[in-house]
Amino acid sequence: MADLLDVKGLETRFKTRDGMVHAVNGVSFNIKEGETLGVVGESACGKTVTMLSLLRLIPAPPGKIAAGTALFQGSDLLTMTEEEIRHVRGARISMVFQDPMTSFNPVLTIGRQLTEPLELHLGMSQAQARERAVELMRMVNIPQGEDRLNDYPHQFSGGMRQRVMIAMALSCTPQVLIADEPTTALDVTIQAQIIELVKRLRDEIGMAVIWITHDLGIIAGLAKRVLVMYAGYIIEEAPVKELYGNPLHPYTIGLMGSLPRLDDQEHRRLISIDGLPPTLYEKPNYCPFAPRCTYAYERCWKENPLLLPVGVDHRAACWVDVKTGSPRE
Amino acid sequence: MSDNNILLRVEHLVKYFPITRGIIVQRQVGAVHAVDDISFFIKSGETFGLVGESGCGKSTTGRTILQLYRPTSGHVYFEDTDLTTLKPEKMRLMRRRMQMIFQDPYASLNPRMTVGEIVGEPLIIHQVAKGAAVEERVEQLLSLVGLNPAFSNRYPHEFSGGQRQRIGVARALALQPSLIICDEPISALDVSIQAQVVNLLEDLQSQFGLTYLFIAHDLSMVRHISNRVAVMYLGIIVELATRDELFAHPLHPYTQALMSAVPVADPAVEEKRHRIILEGDVPSPVNPPSGCRFRTRCPLAREICAEKVPEWREISPMHWVACHMV
Repeated sequence: MADLLDVKGLETRFKTRDGMVHAVNGVSFNIKEGETLGVVGESACGKTVTMLSLLRLIPAPPGKIAAGTALFQGSDLLTMTEEEIRHVRGARISMVFQDPMTSFNPVLTIGRQLTEPLELHLGMSQAQARERAVELMRMVNIPQGEDRLNDYPHQFSGGMRQRVMIAMALSCTPQVLIADEPTTALDVTIQAQIIELVKRLRDEIGMAVIWITHDLGIIAGLAKRVLVMYAGYIIEEAPVKELYGNPLHPYTIGLMGSLPRLDDQEHRRLISIDGLPPTLYEKPNYCPFAPRCTYAYERCWKENPLLLPVGVDHRAACWVDVKTGSPRE
Repeated sequence: MSDNNILLRVEHLVKYFPITRGIIVQRQVGAVHAVDDISFFIKSGETFGLVGESGCGKSTTGRTILQLYRPTSGHVYFEDTDLTTLKPEKMRLMRRRMQMIFQDPYASLNPRMTVGEIVGEPLIIHQVAKGAAVEERVEQLLSLVGLNPAFSNRYPHEFSGGQRQRIGVARALALQPSLIICDEPISALDVSIQAQVVNLLEDLQSQFGLTYLFIAHDLSMVRHISNRVAVMYLGIIVELATRDELFAHPLHPYTQALMSAVPVADPAVEEKRHRIILEGDVPSPVNPPSGCRFRTRCPLAREICAEKVPEWREISPMHWVACHMV
């Protein structure tokens, strides 16, 4: 199947008073129709900025997409006109944000906010849009959906708000849904509801999903393929079972060891990754993980490793073969 | 209270926050039932996990134990002293023995004080040390929590989240307490940093024989660190057992749902798991449901659940549960 979205060499920078922040440094990935891609990383690893860059939602200045292409069904998202990208955004690629409290306009009713994209993108009349909005509210399991359209965002609970957010994102049946930590602000039982909902809708609509999170657990049950990001680079990419069964980048290994699991058999000491993530003020000419890496040797301090194939569909950016502890060719 | 192994005993603890109306003459029109009749004890040297979702009253429980909130009713015994009837100056002395680590390492450190002043302040307030002795003790504490003692004249904003939480730990340790209440100490931190702080807490516990009340919403972390675990829902404890017993045989339907909702970082396990998806949201604590508080979301709810409050029963030794259906 052809790639639905093909991103190559994306670089995004922010000019700040303290210097240039290199938020995304040459990120390349693709996604096929109907596929679910997980993007994992800690705060400030560039996962959100990557997605915002694709939708051209980076405030410029200070932000700047410095290089790269992002082909979506054959046309480049990064070079299309403002008019063209507006027809993609919200209609063919839509996004759900982390914080359901602040991503709504507090002075407009939910109904107004749900019908707006329908009228804009699909040219529906007010009555048609209203009808579709009721349908959407039912689709995301909001009880008394019709009455609740007249409510304001503050009248909904966090979980309900995130459902409305998803309804809004799905209103124009997009081909790609980007979910940026949509459950981080929610309780686990509500998180389970939302994940179940997205899975169901994904299968019904047949859309591709990019799910951004710092929680390796969520990705395990949801995604088919996973990207691990660190300091603005993709450092490992693999199908989900391969990544969890055979992680090959020291950072991925550390991340998995630092999590206690609900099904751990015995008490073990957590593996902590020493040190802190780097500041992004300079683009290092060495491996960005080297200062925290137990495997690092001479070459890691001289050359930034490339993301190279290390197995079937498995790529990692590391100069060390962690299996043997010896340098890679 | 004969068992001298018990450090803290909470009996029928209740905390309501009044809701008032009116500006000059304030009338009470209702109450938030934050904590509604809970009882448990913590043994010396153990880690007691208190787990629940946001708004279930777990932080209020922690703060009410320390008498930062005055309880509406009920008793908190620390060793054999009832904290709820203690005079303020006596309570202040007791506070040396019990300290708190807060959730937000950004908000719980005064930005205008240096790290040395923050960590040294409890020593000065409680007149434990003076002058050069304070500085010496601060340096000792900083190196104990893995910070460079030379940083004592820096300000909190110069540190990362994980380092700030270490400062919070050093402050809590300053008076050599017996009990530390950890209120979500790692939930604001990145995954790779969480492990650092949890390992530090475990090391300090084995070094000083500390007792922890570990409040968190992250079930896997609570399971990792605790000896015994209590599960809270809407102001009450629904189940309490030793860690292994609770996770092997969860009896309350809420505990079961909570455990099944936590994702496991293993695709093979995730594929096979059966998830219990709870309907709806947690009801408001202003007007909690009659009878069993969980009945509005419970898959097993019957008539009796609306009529009668389930009894807090010891089902097997050291395993308590409040449910009609068990």
